[in-house]
Amino acid sequence: MSSLVIVETRLSIREKVGPIWGVAFPLILLIILGNVPFMRETVESAGGLTVFEIYVPIIIMFNVAMLALIALPNTLAGYRENGVLRRLQTTPAGPARVLAAQLVANLAIAVVAVVLFLAVAWTVFGARLPDNVAGFTAAWLLVTAALLSIGLLITALAPGRGLATSIGTVLYFPMMFLAGLWVPISEMPPVLREISHASPLGAGARAFQDAYEGGFPGWQPVLILLAYAVVCSAASIRWFRWE
Amino acid sequence: MNRMSAVIEVRNLHKRYGDTVAVDDVSLSIEPGEIFGILGPNGAGKTTTVECVAGIRVPDRGEIEVLGHDPLRDRAEVTRALGVQLQTGQLPDQLRVAEALELYSSFYPDPADWRELMESLGLTPKAKARYSKLSGGQKQRLSIALALVGNPRIAILDELTTGLDPQARRDTWELIEGVRARGVTIVLVTHFMEEAERLCDRIALIDAGRVVTVDTPAGLTERAGIDQRLRFRPSRPFDDALLTVLSDVKRVEHRGGFVVVDGTANVVAAVTAVLARNDITAELLRVEQASLEDAYVSLLRKQ
Repeated sequence: MSSLVIVETRLSIREKVGPIWGVAFPLILLIILGNVPFMRETVESAGGLTVFEIYVPIIIMFNVAMLALIALPNTLAGYRENGVLRRLQTTPAGPARVLAAQLVANLAIAVVAVVLFLAVAWTVFGARLPDNVAGFTAAWLLVTAALLSIGLLITALAPGRGLATSIGTVLYFPMMFLAGLWVPISEMPPVLREISHASPLGAGARAFQDAYEGGFPGWQPVLILLAYAVVCSAASIRWFRWE
Repeated sequence: MNRMSAVIEVRNLHKRYGDTVAVDDVSLSIEPGEIFGILGPNGAGKTTTVECVAGIRVPDRGEIEVLGHDPLRDRAEVTRALGVQLQTGQLPDQLRVAEALELYSSFYPDPADWRELMESLGLTPKAKARYSKLSGGQKQRLSIALALVGNPRIAILDELTTGLDPQARRDTWELIEGVRARGVTIVLVTHFMEEAERLCDRIALIDAGRVVTVDTPAGLTERAGIDQRLRFRPSRPFDDALLTVLSDVKRVEHRGGFVVVDGTANVVAAVTAVLARNDITAELLRVEQASLEDAYVSLLRKQ
């Protein structure tokens, strides 16, 4: 299993989608935002966090969403299309382990990214680290579980690699919008804010904010994220095809 | 056929895709250590049959045993003992040749030395090449290497040498003979007659989802009952009746100084004996032997 994880991680890095769009691009975005003077202002409604500090978890979600919604379905649907999974069916390893190895590989890249983003935000731009590390970790794990499950569902339902990537991309932008990438959630009109709270990344943003403010993620975002994770995992298991 | 000794036993296999019957009724018994060929036209059900044996297709009816195991239920036992080279199975584009071999060898409890395998298939110069950059022939050789890297007791090779140039084809045949010499049973799906004739101990001829016949390559040729043809220039003229009275001779013709005799398998011995008795020398004697290809066409046509 460990050699599979190593190989899949190498392959994910060689595919370049994860490292470039999932890690380098949000990192550059983080650095740009860190240099905008307006970003240093504190937001009263957000427990004294600066605008930049509100953006740090959004950047983290940018990374996870890119890996889970685009890189993962692209790779797995490609494996299915090219007979990679079928070939593995004839070996003692079996295709399920490759799927697991892909998940672990993307998870590993995401862990490296989150550590990197927090380190840069903290050391270079003097951003606060989350007050509650356990709560922050819980929020990250929930967001990652929900997004990977959605990514697996995309893989299960899309007939081919091209369509899997398209579906992932089409879902990606509204989800990032609802996470507050362009308009802060607090500035959204009430209806949009409700939609945001119900969306995976909007719920994620709330969970992260709770952790930044020293608490654990509230029951509402936790339940929403868990629901996405459970329902999408179950659906993808139900409809997954190896060929 | 002794059922106890068979390594692969297929009984009344039936598989359809929608309305299309891919395999109608196939029964096979494959013996340990033999090279068993599966020969037949496109769409005859060859690939579906071996895919069911490998456990990656679910038969609609029939029973399959691989070393006494059910290929669908006993995945661990069957995948360990069976090396498979599929027509369609591929690898990730970015995977390098050496990485693929090392990875696949890690799947098996007692793998072959993958570096040795890479060398014997002429892939060492390509060890660092990515799968997407390989030529068709190189991909094919890698696929063969991956089928053998687990030290299987049985290897299923589907269209073994398709896409290989003649030299690589002959090298691959030698490799397969070497593998068999180590006691590995080989199931070879092919449509190359030369390959089947050279490698196979027995051949199952499959057409329209059914087994037409199972025999040795020589047996198939004989079974097809194709005439042998003899051409020679007699040292002196003779009466045709000398030959036409022989039961093995069907027809005698004269073509510009040459005599052409068509007849059954024994025609050569019968004709040469009569000529010798009559002090006639057969100059420039040529025997045109029926090939497996002739037998194949003839047996399928008889269907």
